[in-house]
Amino acid sequence: MNQSYKPTKEDFQPAAKSVRAEQISRPSLSYWQDAWRRLKKNTRALISLYIIIGLALFTLAGPFLWNVDPALQDLNQISQAPSWPKQAILVDPYQRWGGIVLDNFPAEPDDYLDIIPAPTNLRVVDVATTKRVRITWDPVVGAGGYSVYRNQRAPETINDLGLPLGVTDGGNEVSFEDRLNLEQREYFYSIVPTDGFDESDTYITLVVLPDLAITMSEARERNLLAQDTKLGDSIAIEFHPFGTDYLGRDMLARLMEGAQVSLFIGIFAPLLFVLFGIIYGGFAGYFGGQFDSLLMRFADFVVALPFLLFMILFKIAFGIGPGESGVMPMLLALVLLGWPSTARLVRGQVLQIRENAFIEAARLLGAKDHYLIIRHIIPNTMGVILVTLTFAVPSAIFTEAFLSFIGMGVAPPTPSWGSMCNEGVKTMLSHPHELFFPALFISITVLAFNLLGDGLTEALDSRMRSKE
Amino acid sequence: MLAYTLKRLLAGIVTVWFIATATFTAMHMVPGDPLMNDKAVSAEIRANLERKYGLDKSAPAQYVIFMKNMLSGDFGISFTQQNRQVNDIIRDHFPVSATLGIMAIFFATIGGVLWGALTALYRNRLPDIIIMFLVILGISVPSFVFAALGQLLLVNINSLFGASIIPVAGWGTLSHMLMPSMVLGLGTMALLTRLMRSSMLEIVNEDYIRTARAKGLSPSRIFFRHQLRNAILPVITVLGPQIAAITTGGFVVELVFAIPGLGRYFVQAVQQLDYTVIMGTTVFYGAFLVLMVILVDILYGFIDPRVRLS
Repeated sequence: MNQSYKPTKEDFQPAAKSVRAEQISRPSLSYWQDAWRRLKKNTRALISLYIIIGLALFTLAGPFLWNVDPALQDLNQISQAPSWPKQAILVDPYQRWGGIVLDNFPAEPDDYLDIIPAPTNLRVVDVATTKRVRITWDPVVGAGGYSVYRNQRAPETINDLGLPLGVTDGGNEVSFEDRLNLEQREYFYSIVPTDGFDESDTYITLVVLPDLAITMSEARERNLLAQDTKLGDSIAIEFHPFGTDYLGRDMLARLMEGAQVSLFIGIFAPLLFVLFGIIYGGFAGYFGGQFDSLLMRFADFVVALPFLLFMILFKIAFGIGPGESGVMPMLLALVLLGWPSTARLVRGQVLQIRENAFIEAARLLGAKDHYLIIRHIIPNTMGVILVTLTFAVPSAIFTEAFLSFIGMGVAPPTPSWGSMCNEGVKTMLSHPHELFFPALFISITVLAFNLLGDGLTEALDSRMRSKE
Repeated sequence: MLAYTLKRLLAGIVTVWFIATATFTAMHMVPGDPLMNDKAVSAEIRANLERKYGLDKSAPAQYVIFMKNMLSGDFGISFTQQNRQVNDIIRDHFPVSATLGIMAIFFATIGGVLWGALTALYRNRLPDIIIMFLVILGISVPSFVFAALGQLLLVNINSLFGASIIPVAGWGTLSHMLMPSMVLGLGTMALLTRLMRSSMLEIVNEDYIRTARAKGLSPSRIFFRHQLRNAILPVITVLGPQIAAITTGGFVVELVFAIPGLGRYFVQAVQQLDYTVIMGTTVFYGAFLVLMVILVDILYGFIDPRVRLS
């Protein structure tokens, strides 16, 4: 049975009006939000942006995390390759070693020996450290002495024994102490018996890996000693993840300090000259006419100056006093020579924008010149300006590196990536890390800014938007 | 065309005047003086030296003398090299820099156009990706690193053959010039490759390419006659400023490869505060660059008829 529906009072209430029904559901994006959205889609540009943020952190926060004095010279650790943290054993200061001299000479052979056999039982005495390696061996019949050789790889033939270290004077002198430039690496010691004049054709080889050692007084000098360390303990010695330079200064700390110089010049110089260029070009473009052509003629003159020659001229003209780093003269020279390109660009943009209808409308509504410039014209040129700025950074960094490389940049104790390259290129073959790291940092920074600039151009270019 | 050329030349002369004035002003702001380098001299000798070089006169008077001498093509005598004319220095060393620069431009243009065309042809395929990666490398690695690596490469080549086939440094024969000019042109080549690629890709979509295809021209004819020729135009536009960048960018390469060019001479003169040499080379370089830009612009007018008309 059908139950008839009994209308209630609520049924006769008017339905709620949906306000949203005719509204466009997508949120409206401002110019910058849209640009940001498109930039985020560009993986390369986004990675570049992260790299730039990382570099900024490296420069600003790095020195606090890596608390090493970049100017500290350690002549014991010159041009060390990059390494992991190292431990060293605390040892006594060096004491003379008498060596091992046997009471009896080895027995004279009954017959004349064609070939004296190689010694046996070549072994290390005490602990082999980088301070000294002491080796001994059993005497052989017929030997009148022994030659000691050292090589950094395993010898293949008797002609491949390496560096001759010394000769002992008798068949009973069966030990040798090596203190020659020892590093923490494998050494191959070889002993060749002699008949007193000529070496035999036989040899024995021993591999020795010395422990890194440091004496008490050295450790005290380098501030490595804790309260309760005693002889024989192993302590952590200074750690140079990027190695050291030709004066034993820590490369990582120097790269951080160099970043402050290089990035300071690289970012602030473009900021300043772009700002000046905006003002100059903005005025020229907005007012136009004689004023415009006069200003632009002057800009053309400045463009015609041979850039690098004048960078050098201006830099020396502003002078460097004793103890100054020369960063400010370089900044000033860059600003003086860099502004015209931005000025030209902004002027061109302003000339275009000035003709737009919305400017006319604003003027009809009574907007004054400065209002129009600040409120309408400058914001509309911002996209182009941002792109110029991004591309100006790598060229400023290059200029700084270039000048520092030819010795016309920052004054020596102050590191910059360019001057570090200049120092590193001299020892490029033997210690490539001294050139590699600063060059890598320059390249990465320049690359990141270039790719970000490309990404920004695409994100801000309205021509491409219509194709989407 | 003639009127245009004359107008450009006139503007060029004014520009050179500006460069000379700027050089003079900058030099007079430099602290220290060129006679400081010598051993301690008595006041009398010093006064004589100052008179010889005209340093005892006021700055405006010196400016007038400087301008007058410059107009007669005389840049004076070097301060540090006894009785050597600045003109002689320029005459001896500029041809070296110019040869290096011309070869670098040659490498850069040929390479840039070729690679750029190739990347556009193989767009988004392996050759394009590889070349564009190299281009990014060429743009972001500083030239002195390339110079050092180039030298290292020569050392390795020589030791591989066991003889000095290609000299690692110095100047004189063609084999001396190859590596430095390639290193010098590398950055510009990378730039031109990028430019050429984008201009090629833009032109592919032009109507006249479609027309050419529609009327049945062979792909190679379209590529060489229509696409390449039109795509080269923007490359030529940037050539003027690039010549400037290359000739002054020669410093580093001249330094690393020990080439007796004017750039190296300039750096040396700055270190010794050799006033006349600094001013002479700067003005000379400036004039040279201005001339180059004008030449490229006129050349552009010959190649592209559209420019000639406007």
